[in-house]
Amino acid sequence: MNQVKNFTKGFIKENPVFVLLLGMCPTLGTTTSAMNGLGMGLATAFVLTMSNLVVSLVKSQIPDKVRIPSFIVIIATFVTIVELVMQAYVPALFEQLGIFIPLIVVNCIVLGRAEAFASSHTVWSSVIDGLGMGLGFAFALTILGSVRELLGSASIFGFHMIKGNFMLVFILAPGAFIALGYIIALINRINKNA
Amino acid sequence: MASKKESSFINMVLTLFVVTAVAALALGAIYVVTKEPIAIAQQKKKEAAIRQVLPAFDSLKVLRLPDASGKDTLEFNVATKGGQLVGVAIKTFTNKGFGGRIDVMVGFYPNGSICNTAVLQMKETPGLGTNLMHKNSDFPNQFEGKNPATFKLKVKKDGGDVDAITAATISSRAFCDALQRAYNAFEKQKGKF
Repeated sequence: MNQVKNFTKGFIKENPVFVLLLGMCPTLGTTTSAMNGLGMGLATAFVLTMSNLVVSLVKSQIPDKVRIPSFIVIIATFVTIVELVMQAYVPALFEQLGIFIPLIVVNCIVLGRAEAFASSHTVWSSVIDGLGMGLGFAFALTILGSVRELLGSASIFGFHMIKGNFMLVFILAPGAFIALGYIIALINRINKNA
Repeated sequence: MASKKESSFINMVLTLFVVTAVAALALGAIYVVTKEPIAIAQQKKKEAAIRQVLPAFDSLKVLRLPDASGKDTLEFNVATKGGQLVGVAIKTFTNKGFGGRIDVMVGFYPNGSICNTAVLQMKETPGLGTNLMHKNSDFPNQFEGKNPATFKLKVKKDGGDVDAITAATISSRAFCDALQRAYNAFEKQKGKF
């Protein structure tokens, strides 16, 4: 398989958020600012890459009937590692993301890629797939976070343009749906032309 | 690629055992490595909050004393400079926030006036209730230098002296509740610093 294509498909063509519509809960919940979206996206990308790596390494050793519990344990281990490391070295970001970090365990993208890709491909392809999908997820969350931060509080990555709030609704939950809807429409348009 | 292992009972038990055992070992190792940095990060955050709410000090003593109702224990951080009491930072809380519990660090001068406040933890609505924090609005400034003995810690709607945050009256009320709890405890325990 062409590894470049394998890597880039996660960004636009098969973007987990904009095209596959997987992992909507952290997507809508954490993207109140560009920084939060990026942090959440990178944490997920790490878990996704590492779990894809390990799953594809051990796939032939795991009997079919217990593969889902085994995958979940592997994923949960990496999520807990991320949680502890973030708590130790970036406590401010960890506090912002709060409950969504442990919830990466049940993010359907992670198990979805383990099941649909890593369990039937080589180690190298799986790592590339995890990286591409993970960074695609981070990319999507950063875009959504930037749009919401820009419209909601008139700032970008924490740099304020005006004091106070702008269109507050974009920071709140309804704004997440509105912004995501428009971005998905735009991506569909791009995919159609490509 | 080697053929898949058969899903026999013994294979499944063995596989799950090995997977969980390896996971447990890995987590144990990471826990040991990160234990100290986590403790340091939390301690730093608390110290930063204390520094923010008190005048300059050179030594700190932590006391745990019951609040005015005697039900809950609050953390008193007694700050002195050259042996002289300069203020007390009390870690207080309220459960009346719009999103539940809010933890607030509030600093008092020895005479009972409020020096400054800092929100430690909250789940208030972003953009509305989060205006309790200094970086988001001027709301917390109005408490500086006020003595709750004369400055009524209630929003104006309830007959107090506090200007509530627009569209976040519940959060403002909760904040006042936390400060009142700290002040009552401060008054009660005054002699013990």
